[in-house]
Amino acid sequence: MTQTTADLSEAVAPTAAQPQPRQIGFAADFVLRSVLPLLLAVGAGAIVLAAIGVDPFRYYADIYSGGIELSAWQDSVMRMAPLLLMAVGLIVVFRAGIWNLGMDGQFLFAGALVSGLAPQLEHHVPNALNLIVMFLLAGAVGAAWTIVPAVLKARYELNEIITTLMMTFIGINLAQILVKGPFQDPATTTPQTRSLDFRALLPSIPGTRIHVGVLVAFFAALVVWFLMSRTSFGLRLQVLGASTRAAKHMGLDVPRLIIGSFLVSGLFVGFAAAAEILGIWGYQRADYNPAFGLWVVPLVFLARLHPIGVIPYVFLLAVTSIGGDYAAQNANLTPRFTLLLVGLTLLFMALTEWLARARELSGSYLPAAAARRRQRRREAAR
Amino acid sequence: MTVLATGVFSQSAFTALVAGALLAGVPLMFASLGELVSERAGVLNIGLEGMMLMGAYAGFVGAYYGGNEWAGFGAGMGAGAAVSLIMVLFCVVGALDQIVVGIAITLACEGATALIFDSEFAESRPSLGSVGRVSIPGLSSIPVVGGKDESNGSIFSQPLVVYLGLVLIVVVAWVLRRTHLGLNIRAAGDKPTALDAAGVSVVRTRAIGTIFAGTMAGFGGAYLSIVSAGLFQDTVVGGRGFIAIVLAMLARGRPLWSFAGAMLFGASLSIADWAQVANINVSTDFVFMLPFLLVLLVLVVFGRRAYLPSALALPYVRGAR
Repeated sequence: MTQTTADLSEAVAPTAAQPQPRQIGFAADFVLRSVLPLLLAVGAGAIVLAAIGVDPFRYYADIYSGGIELSAWQDSVMRMAPLLLMAVGLIVVFRAGIWNLGMDGQFLFAGALVSGLAPQLEHHVPNALNLIVMFLLAGAVGAAWTIVPAVLKARYELNEIITTLMMTFIGINLAQILVKGPFQDPATTTPQTRSLDFRALLPSIPGTRIHVGVLVAFFAALVVWFLMSRTSFGLRLQVLGASTRAAKHMGLDVPRLIIGSFLVSGLFVGFAAAAEILGIWGYQRADYNPAFGLWVVPLVFLARLHPIGVIPYVFLLAVTSIGGDYAAQNANLTPRFTLLLVGLTLLFMALTEWLARARELSGSYLPAAAARRRQRRREAAR
Repeated sequence: MTVLATGVFSQSAFTALVAGALLAGVPLMFASLGELVSERAGVLNIGLEGMMLMGAYAGFVGAYYGGNEWAGFGAGMGAGAAVSLIMVLFCVVGALDQIVVGIAITLACEGATALIFDSEFAESRPSLGSVGRVSIPGLSSIPVVGGKDESNGSIFSQPLVVYLGLVLIVVVAWVLRRTHLGLNIRAAGDKPTALDAAGVSVVRTRAIGTIFAGTMAGFGGAYLSIVSAGLFQDTVVGGRGFIAIVLAMLARGRPLWSFAGAMLFGASLSIADWAQVANINVSTDFVFMLPFLLVLLVLVVFGRRAYLPSALALPYVRGAR
């Protein structure tokens, strides 16, 4: 008899059977999801270092001194320019629930065109004009490189992961053909482009070595923030990211949104290439491939797809990458330890998400997922 | 002109092309075969590149210490499977985002293999070339089925694993098409709810697919370091994992097509050598780009929807809508 009443009460109030997600405050959420994975990755990295006989404390201290101390912080800030631009480019498509895994191809192809054309245009037009034209060109090329995956996804719902990956291979090979062929510097046998004159590179911010490409990146982050939170385009993208069906139901032009978000994403990747080539290198070698595309993925998630919030993470990664080279040299190791740290961060991020879900905590890395869970909770409460 | 014609159409040039296609295509074949099975089971394994790298490193170490290539292949497969367990744990059991975890695996493996290799073989690195050669004694001339005895000059003179791989393709195609397990795997990718309703564990079925992908990726990686390169470098896989993912997706779930794709890519990789024999000046970058261009062109012109399992990359949570 008691059994049946228990069943009855459950049937009347189904919420009693479902545990309610526990609300956690902003601070707890921030520490759990945006700081803890980093700390765990640093800790696990230290264990790996110790296991192969490298003093982790010294290694991390070297990362700090090689990435921050003296004037090294300026190198780190300059490394931020391409990373931040690519991160905000990724945020735009992620908000729409789309993956752009072809960023390396977009980056290298745009970079090859910039480093091939800038030294030739240099003698014909004023320097400022040259730089501006090159930035716009790189942006256009980066955007153009996303058109095929964008149209294929918009029109045929073809998986963008496969098409962006294919386009990245084509972009990388095309960049190599350009660098080894028409853009080859006749003065050297190394496959590389002519180098831009030192004075024709992006100007520095007065008093530092930092080129103005960094300012472009910060400005881009602001623009994307505005775009995402203050315009109807941003809202539409978020609706699309939360649910394609909802977007269609609302009467949104889904194909156009997909193509638009892809183009904006490619535009920023192109800018990233221009900032790196015109700000640092002045030329491009055939084997140049920094592979920033996958690096920025964890940052974007740690910042919960927030274009301003991603800035500190980009700075951390830039320091780790610049200081990591120095630390690796000191410890006589490969600089690829940075990759391990980035990968571990991503893994621990997934782990915290899993544990938080298992313990029924609120929130998520993905705004859409968090919104869905809020919705479900509201339904359950009704 | 006659020189060119004899160069292109001579039997030896053709043989070199096909043998080269096999040599370069076999690692892709293994990896894409594994990826294909896991995709049919609904798990999009973006960590394939990392699993291949782990397999390449473990295969190198296994062949180096074990003294023969089979120890290397075993170690490579084991390492690939071990890495895929992370994927199983996070994405199949934990229902987390497969692409995020896949990227994490690739990045972490790139870092880890380079680091471990560096710390273990940093001193012996100069003599590594000879080490690599010691680990493949006579491998390339074991089975000679009809061809010439040269190690690389004949279609029918391939490492034994190549034949095993060819058999495996047929076996996997048969398993997917004709067996209960194959049906379960396809159901796990197409409609996991139906599989669950039928009383078969979705988690276990998907885990089988994922671990198979890891094993095959490790095998392909080991092949790269043991047979193709004869040594380990952190660039030994060099994006082939991602190519294998693309191949598996283009194969639309059919193993024979993934084999054809792998051979096409292998051929384009070896066309450069062939062109050299034939005295044609062609950029290797262009040749390598060609298959992707062709595929994209076909997709754009014909605009067909690539077949993908409908639950691909979607975690299965029982009862969730």
